[in-house]
Amino acid sequence: MIDFTFTEEQELFRKAAREFAETRIALHVPNMEKTDRGWDEVVKELSEAEMFAVTIPEEYGGLGIGYVGRLIALEEIARISVATAMMYQVFGLGIEAFIKSGSEEQKQQYLPKFATGERLPTVAVTEPSGGSDPKGCQTSYTKANGAYILNGRKCFITNSHTADVQVVLAMDCNNPDSFTTFIIEKGMEGFKPTHEEHKVGMRGCNTGEIELKDVVVPAQNIIGGEGKGLKVAMTVIGDVGRGGMVGCALGVQQACLDAAVKFASERVLYGKPISNLQSIQFKIAEMKIDLEAGRLLGYRAAALQDKGERASNEFAVAKYFTTEAAQKAAKMAVDIHGGYGCMDEFPVTRYLRDSFVLGPSAGTSDIMKVIISRWALS
Amino acid sequence: MLSIVVCVKAVPDPKEADKLMIDPITRTLPRLDIPLVFNPLDCHAVEAAIQLKQKYSAHITALSMGPPPAGNILRECLALGADQGILLTDPAFAGADTFATAYTLAAAIKMVEPVDVVFCGMASSDGSTEWVGPQIAALLGYPVVTRVREILDDQGDNWLLKADFDRGYRKIKIKLPAVITVTRNLNQPKALSFSGILKARSKQIKEWNHDTLGMPIEHIGLKGSPTYVTEMTRLESSRAVEMIGGTLREKVECLVKILSDAGVA
Repeated sequence: MIDFTFTEEQELFRKAAREFAETRIALHVPNMEKTDRGWDEVVKELSEAEMFAVTIPEEYGGLGIGYVGRLIALEEIARISVATAMMYQVFGLGIEAFIKSGSEEQKQQYLPKFATGERLPTVAVTEPSGGSDPKGCQTSYTKANGAYILNGRKCFITNSHTADVQVVLAMDCNNPDSFTTFIIEKGMEGFKPTHEEHKVGMRGCNTGEIELKDVVVPAQNIIGGEGKGLKVAMTVIGDVGRGGMVGCALGVQQACLDAAVKFASERVLYGKPISNLQSIQFKIAEMKIDLEAGRLLGYRAAALQDKGERASNEFAVAKYFTTEAAQKAAKMAVDIHGGYGCMDEFPVTRYLRDSFVLGPSAGTSDIMKVIISRWALS
Repeated sequence: MLSIVVCVKAVPDPKEADKLMIDPITRTLPRLDIPLVFNPLDCHAVEAAIQLKQKYSAHITALSMGPPPAGNILRECLALGADQGILLTDPAFAGADTFATAYTLAAAIKMVEPVDVVFCGMASSDGSTEWVGPQIAALLGYPVVTRVREILDDQGDNWLLKADFDRGYRKIKIKLPAVITVTRNLNQPKALSFSGILKARSKQIKEWNHDTLGMPIEHIGLKGSPTYVTEMTRLESSRAVEMIGGTLREKVECLVKILSDAGVA
């Protein structure tokens, strides 16, 4: 028997996350929009609300709530600020690398501090040559005196400047088919965050480049084993990265629907609210259909994850569907607002800009189709 | 250890107020079609209890009467820090007026006794009578202070409270056990936390019916209610624009007359 209902406890998680987003995150949004910064403040809020502990097992200081809980939290945060949700989701990506691939010693050392937000990790895979082809990775390492020396540059890294720890994918100079992931700590000589990006949307979400120049990394900083880097990176991106983008997209979809319903109910034209017009009703119906369908896809995949199963294919479907739907919902919400939809004081303009950042993150829609077709044809 | 009971009520979500329908027979508001949420003032009552628990050793019982979905707010109380929940749920409790409600709640509190303090929100957002707290106190034989905005001294058995009164306030000494109804000025309720929700897993919500309480059916619910609602009307508020013409003097005179007729000036 399939039960599509959330448990009483999950409903409480949603309530807690919604209250948190509405009371603690919303007040930071105007500053984030205006300055394209403000990430320190929202990351502190996320830490205080125990958000980083959600997926970390209890034995490492986490809450062990799991991935449905994470998706609930992401959706509710993204409804208010997708920029905040994006940072939260990518910190989760870094955390997942330690949960899934870290040694017992690494888990003991890092996870309790990640749970409290005292230290936070991100994942650095994408390079100027692209992110969806990790084998094209140019960042490389050589071995010397039992240690590893890393050189290279990573770009479009979410939390590039804020993370305390970077999980960096690098290629073996002596074997271009071998890749390893390394834990790079802030303050290591030769490592530095460089350029800060200014994106069309998700303003206030830290995105930038990092540079590695002869960074000497001890062997104990390898995560997942030497030569296992692609598996480490792809496992976290496939499940947690795509799953995180689904949460961000669902939040945007819900925010667009809320704004569209509110405006359509209040805006009077021809003597009646425009929600009485069938052309408006059809747009709202499409937004609602996409949201309901997206939730079914996303939460099903997250439920599989909670059962300990891989869900990267299911998340590829959900990621494709929800991020495309979020862009569609934002366009329709702007259309419903008419001229007001072009004015900054209406949040739909932000949703439209934000929705365009959802697509490329954790793999474009075209890459999702490649993955999905491979799944279908296999 | 202090023994605290907090009475909480699940009320129809004020955001869905436009969906409220009046039952023409019972003249009550059927609740099940509208999501039930925590009565806002009760959040302050729960927070008061939790603050005392943090300060002293205390055991908090969250108590509510309502249909089974009202159990959700008890789960929330447990997540916020209450130690146990008791839901008084029975079709026979339906349609209770404030007296029958207080009678049922008081019977449950007697089963929890010894109790030091009973906290209630000053009023519910759906009824707004402010009667249930004082009626519980009367039925239990406890003193009561209503509209409490500050607990000035909570040491020992004699507490000093600051309570709203007319346009000012009064300071009142009260001997425990007592009933205290609280206003929103008393505290700032803390948000639900994920860890609190997880801790609530190990806490119990008991469901009691009229048999558990040993209450005769004629003393509870609609049958046990000495008061009844004679009429319930849906208030419609409407706005209209009236353009005032004429010279400036005529416009002013006309406006003054409109305001005067409306009892404003």
